[in-house]
Amino acid sequence: MADNVAVADESADLSRRKFLTNATIATAAVGAAFVAVPFVESWTPSERARALGAPTELDVSKIDPGQMTIVTWRRQPIYVVRRTPEMVQHLQGHDGDLKDPESKSSDQPEYAKNVLRARKAEYLVLIGTCTHLGCLPKQRFEAASAEMGPSWPGGFFCPCHGSRFDLSGRVFNGSPASLNLRVPPYEYPNDQTLRVGADETMKGTA
Amino acid sequence: MRTNKKRAAGRYLLAGVVELVLVTVASACLSTVHAAEEAGKAEEGKPALGADWQHSKAGTTVEDQAVLQRGARNFASYCLGCHSLKYERWSRMAKDLDIPEDMLEKNILPPGDKPADYVQTTMPAKDAETWFGKTPPDLSLIARSRGPDYLYQFLTTFYADKTRPTGANNLRLPATAMPAVLSELEGVKRAVYKTEGKEQVFDHFDLVAPGRLTPTEYEAFVRDTVTFLDYVGEPSQASRRSLGIWVVLFLLVFTWLAWLMKKEYWKDVH
Amino acid sequence: MAVSNETPGEAPRKGFLGWLNKRLPVDEFVKTQLTGYYAPKNFNIWYFFGSLALLVLVMQLVTGIFLTMFYKPGELTAFDSVEFIMREVDHGWLIRYLHSTGASAFFIVVYLHMFRALLYGSYKAPRELLWLLGMAVYLALMAEAFMGYVLPWGNMSFWGAQVIVNLFGTIPAIGPPLVEWIRGDYGIADATLNRFFSLHVVAVPLGLLLLVLLHLVALRQTGSNNPDGIEIKKNLGKDGHPVDGIPFHPYYTVKDVVGVGVFFVLFAIVVFFVPTFGGLFLEGPNFDQANPMSTPEHIAPVWYFTPYYAILRAVPDQRMGALLMGIAVVSFFFLPWLDKSPVKSMRYRGPISRIMLAVFVVSFIALGYLGLQPAEGLYVMLARIFAVGYFAYFWLMPFYSRVSVDPVKQVPERVVFNAH
Repeated sequence: MADNVAVADESADLSRRKFLTNATIATAAVGAAFVAVPFVESWTPSERARALGAPTELDVSKIDPGQMTIVTWRRQPIYVVRRTPEMVQHLQGHDGDLKDPESKSSDQPEYAKNVLRARKAEYLVLIGTCTHLGCLPKQRFEAASAEMGPSWPGGFFCPCHGSRFDLSGRVFNGSPASLNLRVPPYEYPNDQTLRVGADETMKGTA
Repeated sequence: MRTNKKRAAGRYLLAGVVELVLVTVASACLSTVHAAEEAGKAEEGKPALGADWQHSKAGTTVEDQAVLQRGARNFASYCLGCHSLKYERWSRMAKDLDIPEDMLEKNILPPGDKPADYVQTTMPAKDAETWFGKTPPDLSLIARSRGPDYLYQFLTTFYADKTRPTGANNLRLPATAMPAVLSELEGVKRAVYKTEGKEQVFDHFDLVAPGRLTPTEYEAFVRDTVTFLDYVGEPSQASRRSLGIWVVLFLLVFTWLAWLMKKEYWKDVH
Repeated sequence: MAVSNETPGEAPRKGFLGWLNKRLPVDEFVKTQLTGYYAPKNFNIWYFFGSLALLVLVMQLVTGIFLTMFYKPGELTAFDSVEFIMREVDHGWLIRYLHSTGASAFFIVVYLHMFRALLYGSYKAPRELLWLLGMAVYLALMAEAFMGYVLPWGNMSFWGAQVIVNLFGTIPAIGPPLVEWIRGDYGIADATLNRFFSLHVVAVPLGLLLLVLLHLVALRQTGSNNPDGIEIKKNLGKDGHPVDGIPFHPYYTVKDVVGVGVFFVLFAIVVFFVPTFGGLFLEGPNFDQANPMSTPEHIAPVWYFTPYYAILRAVPDQRMGALLMGIAVVSFFFLPWLDKSPVKSMRYRGPISRIMLAVFVVSFIALGYLGLQPAEGLYVMLARIFAVGYFAYFWLMPFYSRVSVDPVKQVPERVVFNAH
């Protein structure tokens, strides 16, 4: 220390010095945390992303029975299948072959936590992304086809690693995927219209 | 030593208060710059603007939701036919102006538009260019590039002019391609000149045909609309100012603490 | 005691810091640059601006990095992307205003920082290289700010770029092909915008960081000057440290924090309440998209360039004007050798030196104001007068500095210091 610098040797001053230093550092830390907030928040989806992620509507009466149509919601493929009564029947009788027959671990809204995994039996709405590593599963709706085998009830087959799902998107044993295909939130504003990306739990969110 | 400390403590407190007062005064001065200034007031039945029209001020008050709502309604009714607000979404407008979404869809949103859409005009740009000679500009940023006062003066200085293809001219923007679309509200004005030396100089307006609004009502109409455009130019300005108060207060506290710390350490230095 | 405890012969540090110090010279750095670096104890208000400049540099880097995440360079997308940041990115408006206000704050701080050198002769030997490096930082900063202003692709961005790039056309022989080479097109265009983007975001910041680092190293080599202009290293105490020096840490670290606080208060007032600053920081015409067919009524560069712009327009001949403008900037480089005064600090110089410095300051500010006005009539005449004042400060200095020493006040042996 230079000769002209002398620290006051009162212990009261030293504790005051420590207190002020700590108080200033603490305030600066609080300030730094607040400054970080707008920068971190700038990474959240922008207004444009949220607008583009707005609910998608489609006229389901235009889908032929037994056919599937694909729409986009929040940059994901949404499979909408118009199931025939026969396809609905094929949902029964193979619970023993499924990893999660009651959808206990899988991701779906409350109204899709059933065998149908849908609000209405007639229409199946799924996020068309394999729960293994994200490929788009292909439709194999024909039961007992030559390719899928005699015990195949109809459903989806993922070409990437061979995961198989039934006509409610429930995953079969022996698949690399462990969870059923996800169901997005959706609702029927009227009988013909399906609105994907909105339901009673999402009211009031941007 | 203790009396020195007490004196020092008093000095610190005083310095802190002085700094606070100074900054408050500075902020008050700055906000006065922004404060609503009274525009020329119209007497009943007579347009107010005289030869000093270039000094008339818009007096926008963007914190006033009622003003903004009226301005939005005015814009949708009278401006949207030709002018877009391509950076503003309807849903953003509804949120910032406290307009419930069902009222937005019923009263303001053009049919076919969704709330998340940007505010687009229905007039095709090519047709507009054919009819007016140039495309009516987008107005999202007009309040920032020209200023609210310019817009106020523009909308209040239209006058009848047979020599123009639209039949109207404008003091703020001479030979404007825009017709006097608000004349149904304002009425039709005639510009009266006086001779000053060798030149003809604008003196005052005469109202030759009344509009649906009195001059005072029309001025309020223009003020509401210009205030709305001021908002559209920078929708986040309200939250900017309210956040700013907290930030400045926090920084004042921090600076005061830092100063106390500095004084403490510099006791060592002789 | 607020001083590091490392002295030779003491046992090496334990724990993480011990591990670290074997691999990086952390303690050595603290000792030589912070607690063991002795700065003159008589620093006054003019000595805040160096650390503030460093603060603003860091702030511009951080806000610039975040802006680059959302900005889309390209003549069709740039303007829209800035409005996207202002309206649709969460708190994007704040990041944008921090960056735009920061640019102006940078120049305010740097001009005050440079003025300190003029006041106390901090450019004189042995600090000539420190001064030259600082001037290089200033030039790089001007390039950075100019290119940054083009990026929003507003109408002033476009026309400002047009005017300044055209100036290079006045260089004899190589002028016109040089201009086309800079632009990458036959007029200011998408190619120009994109290369300015790359230079502004990557190249010039890297250069700035290197120059600032060298500037700081040069400072540490010679030690700081001070308001009395005496070399404190000439007067060492028993402990080997200058008697008029105090350790940089904690005394100046603590003092600089106060400077930072005051700066942030003023900065925040601008950012949150007057970010356009009456059209000086964000110009009105720049809220119109770039339009090659429509020139703004008054083309003016941003305020920090206007002194030089006024000099440019004061000369009726474009080539001479550009040359004179260049000389105006470059004159600063020659200061260490123009100044023949035996004393450093203005405190001990005579009245002529003080008057000439005042003439310079008044001329600089007046030229700055005039650069914002239209180039006609009285404004041009005044610009010529003040340009003379500006150049007189530099180019008459070899004459007046030699003789102008304060007749009464002698340069002291010890610094003048009042406890505070």
